[in-house]
Amino acid sequence: MGSTSGQPPLAIEATGLVKSFGETRAVDGVDLSVRDGSVYGVLGPNGAGKTTTVRMLATLLHPDAGSARILGHDVVREADTVRGLVSLTGQLASVDEDLTGRENLILLGRLLGLRRAAARARAAELLEAFGIAEAGGRLVKHYSGGMRRRLDIAASIVVTPRLMFLDEPTTGLDPRSRNQVWDIIRALQAEGTTVLLCTQYLEEADQLAEGIAVIDHGKVIAEGTPAQLKASVGTGSLHVRLLDPDQRPNAERVLTRTLDSVHLESDPSALSASCADADRAAEAVAELARNGVAVAGFSLGQPSLDEVFLALTGHPAEEEQAEEALAATDGRAA
Amino acid sequence: MSATPATTHTAAARAAEEAALRKALAATPRPPRASALSSALTFGWRGMLKVKHVPEQLLDVTITPVMFVLMFTYLFGGAIAGSTAEYLDYILPGILVMSVLFTTVYSGVALNTDLTKGVVDRFRSLPTWRPAPLVGALLGDSVRYLVAGTVIVALGVVLGFRPDEGVPGVLAALGLTIVFAFALSWVFTTIGLLMRSPSAVMNAGFMGIFPLTFLSNVFVDPETLPSVLEAFVNVNPISFLADASRGLMQGGVERTDIAVVLGTAAVLTAVFAPLTTHLYRTRS
Repeated sequence: MGSTSGQPPLAIEATGLVKSFGETRAVDGVDLSVRDGSVYGVLGPNGAGKTTTVRMLATLLHPDAGSARILGHDVVREADTVRGLVSLTGQLASVDEDLTGRENLILLGRLLGLRRAAARARAAELLEAFGIAEAGGRLVKHYSGGMRRRLDIAASIVVTPRLMFLDEPTTGLDPRSRNQVWDIIRALQAEGTTVLLCTQYLEEADQLAEGIAVIDHGKVIAEGTPAQLKASVGTGSLHVRLLDPDQRPNAERVLTRTLDSVHLESDPSALSASCADADRAAEAVAELARNGVAVAGFSLGQPSLDEVFLALTGHPAEEEQAEEALAATDGRAA
Repeated sequence: MSATPATTHTAAARAAEEAALRKALAATPRPPRASALSSALTFGWRGMLKVKHVPEQLLDVTITPVMFVLMFTYLFGGAIAGSTAEYLDYILPGILVMSVLFTTVYSGVALNTDLTKGVVDRFRSLPTWRPAPLVGALLGDSVRYLVAGTVIVALGVVLGFRPDEGVPGVLAALGLTIVFAFALSWVFTTIGLLMRSPSAVMNAGFMGIFPLTFLSNVFVDPETLPSVLEAFVNVNPISFLADASRGLMQGGVERTDIAVVLGTAAVLTAVFAPLTTHLYRTRS
C-alpha cells in the first residue's frame, strides 16, 4: 500500500502515538500510514481512541509520545503548516449553532483569508451544492441532524483541504442523510482530497474506505483492506430469518447438524452460521424446510465487519461511553 | 422541513446536483492567510451577530444597572448624601463603572459556553493568529460595554444628571472604563477556561467582581468606613477608576487616577492575555 521509497509523502504517517488522560491511556501506541488521495477508515467502538487520535493529528492535542507527519510535516513542530493543510469535522457538528448556516460559512471563509465578497460567493456556492440553500438564513440550532452534518462538512471545505478528518460523520443520521454524506465523501475523494474517516459503523468503512485500521483500547489491532480483514476471519456466513421466532431452537438444532458455529442474533427471529460455500448453504436451507421450519428469508455473504470485530477482539464492538466521558472530563481539567 | 432533494427529483436534476457538488469540491487555490487584525475583527463580527440574533442577551447588561441606579438613588440617596439629586451626581459615574465591569464576567461565560460546543475545535484547527478568537470576542464584547454604559448615562440624564464636562467628559469616562473593562475581561476569560460550566464561571466571576465593586468608592465616601476597609478601598483599582470617571464627567480629574487605571489595565492584560491564550491553545 504505502510507498516504500517515500518519494510522495504519505497523507498521514503516525508512529507510536500515545496520549493519556490521568490513568486512562486513551491512545496507546497507534501507527497509521495513509496514502495521499485515499479514503482511510479508522474503525472502533466508542472510547477506542479514535477521536483522541484525530485530535492529535489535527494539532489540537500534543501527543505524550510518538510522532506524526501530515504530508511530510510534523504535527508538533510544524503545527501551523499542518493547520493549513487539514480540516476537521467533529463528532458533534462543529459549527456555531447561534449563527445562520450562511454566516458560519462566511465566518470561516474570512478566517481562512478570503476577501469579503469571495467569502460570500463561496458560502452561496456551498449552500447550493449541499442542498441547504433555502436554510442558509436560518440559525443552525434549528437545522435537522442531516442538514447540520452537511453544513459541517461544507464548513470544512470552504477552502479545499488536502486532508480532511471526518469524525463519525453519520452517527445519529437517518439512512437517507447517511447516504447523502457518503456521496459527499466519494465526491471529495474523486476531487483529490484525502479523507480519514473515523466510524463505529463497519458498513460505512466497508463502503468507502480502501484501507481500514481497527482500533480497540487505544491500539491498532488489525489493518488492511476491507477484503483482507474479512478474509482474515475466514469463511462466509449464512443468515436466516424465520417467520416464527418460536421455531428458532428447532432451526438451531437443524443448522448445527449441517453447518458450523451457529450463532443466535439479537433479533429473536434471526440466526447465522459459518458456511464456506453456496451448495452447503442451499442444503442447509432445504433441510430447514424439510423439518418444518418456515424461513422468511436467507442470505449468504462474506462475514460482516461486525463479525470481523468479534473475531479480532474476542468481544463485540460494545459501547464504552463511560470511558470516553471520563477521558473528556480529565481532558478539560488538564 | 425543507425537503431534501434526492427523493423528489428526476435523474437529470440529480445529475445537476452531483455536478454542483463536484464543482464546489474541486480544489480551489488557497488564499493568502488572513492577517491577525482581520481574524480578530472577524471574530468580533461573530460576537455581534450573536447579539443580533439574540438581542435579549443585552437585557442582562442593561436591567441590572438600571435597577442599581434607581435603587441607590431613591432608596439610599437621601440617607447617604442628603438628597437624591446630589447622590445621583456622585453615584452615576460610579454606577457606570460598575455596570460595565459586571458585564466583563459575561466574556468568561461566553467563552466557556463556546468550549462546551465543538466549534472551538474548528477554530483551533484553523491556521489563524492564535489569540484571534479571544481578542475578537472581547472586541465584540466592547460593544456590550458600550450599550451598558450608554443606558446608564441616558437614564441618569433622564433623572436629572447634568455632568459639568458635558458630552466630551462622558465619552472620556466611558472610554476609560471600556479600556479597563477590556483588560479585566482577560481575567474572566482565564476563569472561563478553568471552570467546567458556564454557570460555574458566572458564580466565580460575580463572587469576585461583586465585593470588588462594592468595596470601592462607587457607592460611599471611604472616609465613613472602618479603617481596615478604608485602606482596602483606597488601593482598590476600581476606586481609582470611579474617581477618574467622576473627575472626567464633573471636572477636576486627577492624572494619578488615570495613570493607576491604565497601569492596572496594562498589568492585567500582560498577565492574563497570554495566560488565556495559552490555556485556549493547550486545552485538550
